[in-house]
Amino acid sequence: MVAQELESQQQQQQPPKKGSASLHSHEGPGLNILVGKAREVIQQAIVDPVTYLANWGRLYSLWPVHLETACCSIEWGAVSGPRFDAERYGILEAFGSLRQCDLVVVHGTVTRKMAPRLRFIYDQMPEPKWVIAMGACSISGGVYFDSYNVLPGVDQVIPVDVYVPGCPPRPEELIDAFILLQDKIRNSNIKKTS
Amino acid sequence: MSLPTQSSGLFTEQVSEDKLVVSIGPQHPGAGHFRFTIRVEGDTITECIPDPGYVHRGGEKQTEYRTYIQSIPMIERSSLLDVTNITLPYCMAAEELMGIQVPPRAQYLRMIMSENQRIISHLYWLGIQGIFLGHSTMFMWPLGDRDIFIDLGQMIGGARITYSYCVPGGVRNDMPPNFKDRAMKVFEYFESRLKDYERIFFRSPLFEKRTRGVGVLSRSDAISLGVAGQVLRASGVKSDTRIDEPYCFYKDISFEVPVYDDGDTWARCMVHLEEMRQSMSIIRQCLEKMPQGQIKVKLSPQQRAQAGEAYCRTEAARGAMAFHIISDGSTKPYRTKWSVPSFRNLIALPKLLVGSHVADMPAIYWSLDYWPVEADR
Amino acid sequence: MSSGSSPELPKAEKGIIDAIGKLGEKAKLIYAKPNRIKFSVQRDDLVEVARFIRDELHFDHATNVTGTDFPKDGQLEITYHLGSHDGGEELRRIILAISCRIPSNDPKLPTLVNEYPSVLYHERETAEMIGCVFEGHPNLGRLLLPEDWTDIPPMLKAFRLPGRLEGE
Repeated sequence: MVAQELESQQQQQQPPKKGSASLHSHEGPGLNILVGKAREVIQQAIVDPVTYLANWGRLYSLWPVHLETACCSIEWGAVSGPRFDAERYGILEAFGSLRQCDLVVVHGTVTRKMAPRLRFIYDQMPEPKWVIAMGACSISGGVYFDSYNVLPGVDQVIPVDVYVPGCPPRPEELIDAFILLQDKIRNSNIKKTS
Repeated sequence: MSLPTQSSGLFTEQVSEDKLVVSIGPQHPGAGHFRFTIRVEGDTITECIPDPGYVHRGGEKQTEYRTYIQSIPMIERSSLLDVTNITLPYCMAAEELMGIQVPPRAQYLRMIMSENQRIISHLYWLGIQGIFLGHSTMFMWPLGDRDIFIDLGQMIGGARITYSYCVPGGVRNDMPPNFKDRAMKVFEYFESRLKDYERIFFRSPLFEKRTRGVGVLSRSDAISLGVAGQVLRASGVKSDTRIDEPYCFYKDISFEVPVYDDGDTWARCMVHLEEMRQSMSIIRQCLEKMPQGQIKVKLSPQQRAQAGEAYCRTEAARGAMAFHIISDGSTKPYRTKWSVPSFRNLIALPKLLVGSHVADMPAIYWSLDYWPVEADR
Repeated sequence: MSSGSSPELPKAEKGIIDAIGKLGEKAKLIYAKPNRIKFSVQRDDLVEVARFIRDELHFDHATNVTGTDFPKDGQLEITYHLGSHDGGEELRRIILAISCRIPSNDPKLPTLVNEYPSVLYHERETAEMIGCVFEGHPNLGRLLLPEDWTDIPPMLKAFRLPGRLEGE
């Protein structure tokens, strides 16, 4: 139901350095295996737990910025309300500064007047940050597909992680999107920075 | 599509030692998608320049490219808090141009849905007003109770919010047989809840301190500025389209229009509270009086309207909502103009903010019940 | 547009039509039906008629301003919808519309802000949507459209929506 762009989880194998390759080549394959093993051990002993810890830390403290771009925001209100209660999943609206936020939920239509502001707000947020495009308007323009003032999709302005279709999406769908996003964060690579 | 360049004035700038120009929005801790610039001297606002248009989606132009019935879902999205009340005047105007009489049962169903939607809209307003005044309980309670009324609307409309319930010629679905019992239970529950609301919020000294005498709009100003809805009624003008120009069967229903003479934020909040009670009473009476019968006049999807114009208005959750449709006799409107209460109330914002304290700004702003999506269309 | 008055017109509407009839040629009745009356005025008489309606007929606020493009006639029509709060029970249900047709190649109109302060934002919106100039208006800057809007005003019929072919 929700399209999701999962990043490639495979570790890019670092090409061996030229100098070291020529150094090892005449010493036979034994040392190569040793280096490979050592790297694996480091990966398992240090990088994996650190990645896991960092992702775990990010996972349950997703703070969305309070930017309402259009009418889907009332379903966002319902999600923050007691029946659906996104706080259960660690999604708590940050009423403070943009610098505390790491999630943008684009509530529906983005007009040409709002688009530069949206980008401006996105740029002010610290890395890592994620974007949920909520509603048909933010995916493709929705019922405003032929309007003169509406962007045909918010991904023209900022990169989107999870798309939530619906006009407006039901709160359950939005919660599902949070869980998908948390899945993505859980599997993401800590070393990757844009 | 090319993007507009970054405009200046997005930042706070210091004019002189004790004067500041503060830009608020479009990202701010209130209802977003609206920006205004205020000039501050010490703690007092000396000037306010509203900057709407962040949700201007050109719906009026789009209706010219759609048949009468195709426009409905798009019009509805302009006021998602208040969907039945925004499509109702449009349908009434279209029916007037098409020369259709709507069956009585459909009229009653429209009234029930409108009033239910009014409660839903007011509860959302109350939740945000609560959080604006720093009262988190008053955010959680109304938003939780709002879902109960949404369920009630869902029983008739079939969707959570966007039912596209009113169509030219009648309504789309009939009421399920168990609706009445369910509605009575909900009203019984909600009436006791309203007493709780009053006890913890409306009668609390904190609320009174924050709102009494804050943002006073005098009666003569309210009339000359042409504001609508609660803003008008809180300033002592007894104006309600349901009484002034009764549509559907409002003339057969007895209800009161709450009017306060204070004109301040407190009065505007109390009007909202009282209206929720009246809406429940209206739905009760509608359920009693509702006749059996048809719910819809069958129309062709390519229904033509007579050439001419129609200006129909209803009382939406935020005030008088009117649609001006000019038809040239084809299947599509020649021009539609939506007169929405939020846009009419925008003029009151600079008037009320000037001279008040910065700390009172959120309370005043949201007491106008300004819904930018509706205002920008 | 439909014209002429229906026979079963209520008393209040008849009174308004008679009162405006005193202005003679300046205001021409377009249509009158229960609760709705529309008059057409010339550009030069607009302010005078508006003042008369405010002072004599007690229509004290504007609810709407519509700008419509009629490219076949080469004209723009600006319609003010006026309502009354203090004019008594009978007047409250009536919306009085006064319209003014102006040539498209000279889209100028005196503003009604001094007579009706409530048209402030309505006129500003109409100005940017239809491209007419309200002379004497304090601020006709951009309101709803983006700041860098360079196209023609969107509510003109010559403005076609992107992706929509002629007549579609």
